[in-house]
Amino acid sequence: MEWNFLAAIGRITLRFMQAVGHLSLFTLESVKNLFLPPFYMRLFLRQLMNVGYYSLPVVGMTALFTGMVLALQIYVGSSRFNAESAVPTIVVIGLTRELAPVLSGLMVAGRVGAAIAAEIGTMRVTEQIDALVTLSTNPFRYLVTPRVLAGIITLPLLVLVGDIIGVAGGYLVATETLGFNAGSYIKNTFDFLESRDVISGLIKASVFGFIVTLMGCYHGFNSTGGAQGVGRATTNAVVSSFILILVSDYFLTVMLLD
Amino acid sequence: MADSPKISLKNVCKSFGSNHVLKDLSLDIEDGESLVVIGGSGTGKSVMLKCILGLLEPEQGEIFIDGQQVVGLPKSEREKSLRKTGMLFQYAALFDSLPVWENVAFGLIQAHGMNRKDAKDIAIEKLSLVGLGSDMASKSPASLSMGMQKRVGLARAIATNPEIIFFDEPTTGLDPIMGDVIDNLIRDCTRELGASTLTISHDMESAQKIADRIALLYKGSVVWIGPASEIETSGNAYVEQFVKGDVNGPIELDILKP
Repeated sequence: MEWNFLAAIGRITLRFMQAVGHLSLFTLESVKNLFLPPFYMRLFLRQLMNVGYYSLPVVGMTALFTGMVLALQIYVGSSRFNAESAVPTIVVIGLTRELAPVLSGLMVAGRVGAAIAAEIGTMRVTEQIDALVTLSTNPFRYLVTPRVLAGIITLPLLVLVGDIIGVAGGYLVATETLGFNAGSYIKNTFDFLESRDVISGLIKASVFGFIVTLMGCYHGFNSTGGAQGVGRATTNAVVSSFILILVSDYFLTVMLLD
Repeated sequence: MADSPKISLKNVCKSFGSNHVLKDLSLDIEDGESLVVIGGSGTGKSVMLKCILGLLEPEQGEIFIDGQQVVGLPKSEREKSLRKTGMLFQYAALFDSLPVWENVAFGLIQAHGMNRKDAKDIAIEKLSLVGLGSDMASKSPASLSMGMQKRVGLARAIATNPEIIFFDEPTTGLDPIMGDVIDNLIRDCTRELGASTLTISHDMESAQKIADRIALLYKGSVVWIGPASEIETSGNAYVEQFVKGDVNGPIELDILKP
């Protein structure tokens, strides 16, 4: 009984280490191929549209309502010690440094990460990836590189748009519901905002873009077992993206704090 | 060197865990020859093909294409070696994201660097060789029947005028008439190109139609090889059982007898 328990722990540990090793090799291969020719411009542009442009509505909606809720909640808290004037500053810093990159990353993981895993997973189980190899085409450069590069580039752009929409959401609630003066709200928003607040959020977004697209590609690439396998790959891509975004967010915050 | 086989497998072994799929498999395919490898499900036919194409690495043995050892070749060298091959997959493995003509022209554009306009002209010409009109060129593969998809797959396999063509179960999933159409197309197209072909199949009628020689694979080894015309009179117990489709004989089936 005791041996069975130890054996189970050993098996789980070995399986975990194997998965970490496999993912590390995939990541290294993906990063290496970002710098190697050929570069598929047409595919890259298509992925810019898929990852970036088509994610704008969902990221915009998320940012708008987050900004609105943030203004309300901070107002409630700050009014307890007569610090209502801090609402615009906290809204903009909260959005740019934390909420816009993390929530955009999570939304894009749900929309794009799942789609990438499903598409590449289907290609795997229908032998389309094998077909690429037989047509002398490196599947990494053809499938992974354009998606990962699009993720790294577009997520910061989405977050930048999200920052603006989120601040606008906070402004709307503050001026229409909470009785803030429009001019002083805008002044307070920008007076205490520093460029590093925005830049740290964009760096986070870039890392999250890498994570989301990499997880989609990794789980799609390694899917097995037909339709069920593709479904599993899709779920795993989203769940692993969520976890990695939240964990890496902490470490990135520590690194970018100063 | 001129007398060396086009493809040569020497003592190739491949296992998956404790399942030894290929056991000391040796096989030669001469220049311009059409060899069909027959055998039941799970005898290692597809694994053999994947080892030749570099989709799987054998644990032991050597594989030569045009006298060049391809096992363990770096990816870039492997890609070069695959430029002289074409492959028709069991279920065609067409790229869903591309129209029919781009599927056919894929190897010309990606591997041979041809411009898209010239590649499209050749793709339409190859489509006409397999009996598909130019109106098919802009259709999505998903809108085609399996018979049409196989014909597009065949057009893709011959698009670069390869010296070697592989066919994986070309008539599986087709009605007898469409199966005959595909067999005729394979025979005519490959003879016109003068290509060496390796087909794996368990369809005896199809094998006899397209083969110069037939090899029977059983438990990962070749148990009989000879001219297609001699298959009915081989005197080999394995071949006789397979040709007759008899349950009783030296070929053991992995099914429980009632």
